[in-house]
Amino acid sequence: MRDRQALITGAGLVSCLGDGLEAHLDALDRTGMAGPVRDTTQFAPFPVHPMVALELDKQIPKRGDQRQMEAWQRIGTYAAGQALAAAGVKANPDLLGRMDMIVAAGGGERDYAADSAILSGLPHAADPGAYLNEHLLGDLRPTLFLAQLSNLLAGNISIVHGVVGSSRTFMGEEAAGTDAVRIACARIAAGQGDLFLVGGSYNAQRPDVLLHYEMGGKLWKGGPRGVWGRQADGGGMVLGSVGCFLVIESRAHAERRGATPLAHIAAIRTDRCRRDPGQAAAIATAQFEAMRDGFDPATAAVISGASGVGEATREEQAFLYPFGLPIRATATALGHSLEPSFPANLALAAGAVARGRLFAPLEDTEAPMEAPLRQALVTSWGHWRGEALAVVTAA
Amino acid sequence: MAQDLDHLGRPIIVVTGMGIITALGQGQADNWKALTGGVSGLRRITRFPIAGMRTTVAGTVDFIPVDEMSAPALSQRLAELVIEEAVAEAGIGSKGDFPGPLCLALPPVEMEWPQRLALAAAAGAAETVDYAALLRAAGSGDFERFYRRFLFGSVAEGLADRFGTKGSPVATSTACASGGTAIQLGVEAIQRGEADAALCVGTDASVNPESLIRFSLLSALSTRNEPPSAASRPFSKDRDGFVMAEGAGALVIESLEHARARGAKILGVLEGCGEAADGFHRTRSSPDGKPIIACMRRALDDAGLAPEDIDYINAHGTGTPENDKMEWVGVSTVFGERAGSIPISSNKSMIGHALTAAGAVEAIFSLLTIRNGVLPPTINYDIPDPALPLDCVPNVARPGHVRHAISNSFGFGGQNVCLVLGAEPR
Repeated sequence: MRDRQALITGAGLVSCLGDGLEAHLDALDRTGMAGPVRDTTQFAPFPVHPMVALELDKQIPKRGDQRQMEAWQRIGTYAAGQALAAAGVKANPDLLGRMDMIVAAGGGERDYAADSAILSGLPHAADPGAYLNEHLLGDLRPTLFLAQLSNLLAGNISIVHGVVGSSRTFMGEEAAGTDAVRIACARIAAGQGDLFLVGGSYNAQRPDVLLHYEMGGKLWKGGPRGVWGRQADGGGMVLGSVGCFLVIESRAHAERRGATPLAHIAAIRTDRCRRDPGQAAAIATAQFEAMRDGFDPATAAVISGASGVGEATREEQAFLYPFGLPIRATATALGHSLEPSFPANLALAAGAVARGRLFAPLEDTEAPMEAPLRQALVTSWGHWRGEALAVVTAA
Repeated sequence: MAQDLDHLGRPIIVVTGMGIITALGQGQADNWKALTGGVSGLRRITRFPIAGMRTTVAGTVDFIPVDEMSAPALSQRLAELVIEEAVAEAGIGSKGDFPGPLCLALPPVEMEWPQRLALAAAAGAAETVDYAALLRAAGSGDFERFYRRFLFGSVAEGLADRFGTKGSPVATSTACASGGTAIQLGVEAIQRGEADAALCVGTDASVNPESLIRFSLLSALSTRNEPPSAASRPFSKDRDGFVMAEGAGALVIESLEHARARGAKILGVLEGCGEAADGFHRTRSSPDGKPIIACMRRALDDAGLAPEDIDYINAHGTGTPENDKMEWVGVSTVFGERAGSIPISSNKSMIGHALTAAGAVEAIFSLLTIRNGVLPPTINYDIPDPALPLDCVPNVARPGHVRHAISNSFGFGGQNVCLVLGAEPR
């Protein structure tokens, strides 16, 4: 029913490409020519897409709040404030007091110096257990825990921006981001809420996350090649620092308060499988079949969440090829950001659809699009789990 | 049928299977016997060295073996066992084929010291072992299992695969309210008509040195180490913090219509859920208690009940000076003059604070309270706090007829969830 359609009425987005959705769409037009923004030195041989310098005071006015957070929380809290401002709900206690929040989150930064000291000293300690206890008790900043807890991004958004209707945090890499959006949209459709803040953040500029994915053999260590172009050499992902939040609300609610919608999430589905060969493609096919009503290939493009990691990326590529649609794998430009990657791709799809124009190809194998853009198919295959498909249309 | 719908025209949600593990033991029967017997499951930590620790007591679950111990490994194992118990009781689906989604409450996942040290050892002898050294060792391919184990999605993935739940499993963290949130997610999915049944699980096995120290550094834990059984003292004047604990709870929930149609035994009703976030402080509640009050009132509204209808409160009752004070502010505001006479007990006095699992575990205990007509006590209630003039069912269980109960869960980060649970509909 029209009243219960899920509209994106505000987006906040920060990454290596810039500060804000418009800045991203402009930068994406240039990425194919200029190449991606990468930091290849700080964590060499692992490239990362570094966060643009943010004027934190714009969205997190109290320095005390900024100090209480680690980078992943500052990135997310900043993006959340931007989304609230874009939707025209910022500093509106009536609306924020009944706004439902779903955050997709991992965990926070560690104290790398303290870890290093313990790792260096413990093997030589007479009593390793006592050594560990003594150094954790003595060296950890008491409030660091609060900068690490997964649900404390949401907690900081409640404190800084006053989003206090409800607060839920989902964990689980890409799937956390896809299910956060899926459940917000489903609740709107079912009348279980009218106004949502949904998104997440990721700080790629930290050695512990690189360590995790290097243990899994998932990281790309080569030159600035696109997501698709890396496949000839086995694939791999380049992590990117990204913060993205979306204000998603029912059409009736948006109209009642006179909000200008950016785009409409016309359909969204998520699922899981064991990833035996072909399983994810079968799921994606079924998901598309369930949402193809009203889908017009002549005015559509694909915003792909392909991470670059070999198997999943190649299977997605094979799935998308028969559609014959222009494709943009945004991880080529922003890097892969796990939890917020799907919300960020929805934001980019919404922004492009609102402009009526797809941004330029990000690598050679991506076709330009001359026709006006009215719809975008947004994919997520996740680097190992986290399958989702959505259709974003003009509002 | 109309009698299958609630006061808002939504499907009535019932519980048809429950599984539980706490520091008191495994399974409903053993847990209920110990809980109503006033037994403490808290003990001296033996899992790791406690030298130098200010707190040496916890409610660890040491009786369930697990390969390559870590918080997610034991959390997953506990969840498997409680799900098996719950699904068997519900008699739903078939082996490896549960007909609904998995809604899981899980502690945050992070690589732990044994794994970091294994990487450091593999990095070779050096004066200084930093992350660059760990990164070099990580590329060997020998640590792929650590990557898998410490994905945030790994526990839900393993459970979804084993039990054949449908769709993408959701792993939620709302800190110490997570168990309540997992149940709420399942309730909402059934109310939306996405599924007829859901598997709602809370699990937590994160008693390790760093987790203990993190809470200790926030001055959240009791340091009354002698004897361990007396450390958790909710509502007492001399309470000094909570005691970390482990455990898991699983609930099979389904629509009343679905349960009836398949002839399932109904254990109780999930009558309402309420939540509210608090933007006051990272670890403290708004001094006016407004979010706690709002979450309880929303739960009652959701259930279509008035405060007068509630016969028992399963308290969050952590035993920190702050929590118990603020919970009383909330309860006394919502329940008014009745607040002092409604029994309100804290399971945590015996099982400790099972953190992420607490909401699910305590929802199960609330349903057992209703079913069995016995109110579990708050033990260690030796010195009443005059500021909290409540009936906490002091020290000894007692009979009580309960038609409707509420179960509170509050957490760091401004998380507040309240569930309303009721007896089987007639």
